[in-house]
Amino acid sequence: MTEDIYQEHILEHFESPYHKGHLAHPTCCHRDKNPLCGDVIELQLKIDASDCVSEAYFDGKGCAISQAAASILCEQIEGKPVAELKDMQAQQMLDLLHVPLTASRQKCGLLAFKVLKTLVYAHETDEPQV
Amino acid sequence: MATSVGTSKFEVAAVRNDFPILNQPLPNGQTLVYLDTGASAQKPLCVIEKLTEVLTHYYSNTHRGIHTLGDLVTTEVEGARETVREFIGAPVVEEIIFTGGTTASINAVAYGWARKFLKPGDEVLLNVMEHHANFVPWQQAAIATGATLRFIPLTSDGQLDLTQLDTVLTDRTKFVAVTGMSNVLGTINPIRELAAKAHAKGALILVDGAQSVPHGPVNVRDLGIDFLVFSGHKIYGPSGIGILWGKSKLLEAMDPFQFGGNMIREVFLESSTWADLPGKFEAGTMPIAEAVGLGAAIQYIQQFDPQAVHAHEMELTAKAFQLLQEIPGVTIYGPGLEHRGSIVSFTVEGVHPHDLADLFNNRGVAIRAGHHCTMPLHEHLNQPATARASFGMYNTLEEVDALAEAILYAKKVFRR
Ligand SMILES: Cc1ncc(COP(=O)(O)O)c(C=O)c1O
Repeated sequence: MTEDIYQEHILEHFESPYHKGHLAHPTCCHRDKNPLCGDVIELQLKIDASDCVSEAYFDGKGCAISQAAASILCEQIEGKPVAELKDMQAQQMLDLLHVPLTASRQKCGLLAFKVLKTLVYAHETDEPQV
Repeated sequence: MATSVGTSKFEVAAVRNDFPILNQPLPNGQTLVYLDTGASAQKPLCVIEKLTEVLTHYYSNTHRGIHTLGDLVTTEVEGARETVREFIGAPVVEEIIFTGGTTASINAVAYGWARKFLKPGDEVLLNVMEHHANFVPWQQAAIATGATLRFIPLTSDGQLDLTQLDTVLTDRTKFVAVTGMSNVLGTINPIRELAAKAHAKGALILVDGAQSVPHGPVNVRDLGIDFLVFSGHKIYGPSGIGILWGKSKLLEAMDPFQFGGNMIREVFLESSTWADLPGKFEAGTMPIAEAVGLGAAIQYIQQFDPQAVHAHEMELTAKAFQLLQEIPGVTIYGPGLEHRGSIVSFTVEGVHPHDLADLFNNRGVAIRAGHHCTMPLHEHLNQPATARASFGMYNTLEEVDALAEAILYAKKVFRR
């Protein structure tokens, strides 16, 4: 049964997300889409002089899993060094959700993580962001 | 050959008995409520047994081996071709081409006809309700040839707006590609009228029958169309097999789309000539058992009175309409019952279609969520995704109740 994927904490993050909105002056931002279902996540990061994420905001549209995952991710990564986030594994993201996702729903659960990966890797190479 | 057409009385309980998957629990023990026939239909036992028969008793390659099995299997494949011909009312069996499916059939025309005959300034007429399979091949052919795409606008309830047809169907229109039935809105398009108008402008018309052919008898001569394409898997037959029907004259003028074995007449070092129809468009080894299985699927549905099947499917659709309209926050897309087939796409305020599908699945209710390969249509509807229930001949009124209950349940989980 997949009923348990809509647990209280997921629905709470979906309904009252952490840091949903925009930063006035983000260091970097990136947006990606899950082409199958149309979930969209944009992440905005403020990265301080010591290469730590000081603030993380997201905006997006889509299913509860994709949006809750973005909220949970923003909460988790604040204060973390970019180098550490580069090492973060997809499984760690899935573990943060505390609910079992089938292969098809993992795409939703990992969308924000994918956007984060693009950002932290671009940060090192200092490529301009779209 | 075909059993006498449309003789059995239609009884859904008897029909369900013919489909093994509907008579066993899901792997998790739940009862399946299969409302995703628009994506792919379940298979009756006679189709499953036919596949087994081919593979067990006379499987070999077609048209090749001078041996007993080769003769047997070729007879079966050619018998299936004749079944398809009769089913769609094609004048000659050589016009029935076995392909991998609707997508492969459309590409064969978009390459073989469009890229050969379209010129800069020519126009191809589409509309935004088309499945990507009947959209992207034309878009790409237009890019390759310098032709222009035009679009028949949709009315606010999701029908082709024929009052605008004269603006978009012009003397420059060379080709009209249109679906017989929308896989999202359920809209049934007025093909006969479109064909007459296209021909009056000297344009050809291809009908994507992926959704329409499974839900009612089609007669290509009656409709007055030039090409018809459909897939085996949506008409209770195997996947990996589909049909391209075209008028002989057009198929003969077209270039082949794929090259290789079976499709040639003679091969020289520097050039080749092509086999007669249908071989010219059947390069390589075809899906052999699947072609025979498609014949069996068509014979299966031919035993029912098409009017009775249609009436049953529309009763399900009407009930879904009624129940869903009563639920606050539910929006149904597409036209009223008199202009649609047995597909109902909807959204529920505050619950994303993906979450709906997931929660439905908790109750064994299988629907589809997403853009259903119609991104331009979802852009037009201003919805990133919709949920879709689609009914086949084996669905029951109780299963429509299960659909409505699943929506209520999802709303409860999402505190709506
Ligand atoms: C209207 C329509 N056209 C084309 C297709 C593509 O069919 P296939 O995937 O069998 O090639 C589908 C099925 O998804 C469809 O619903």
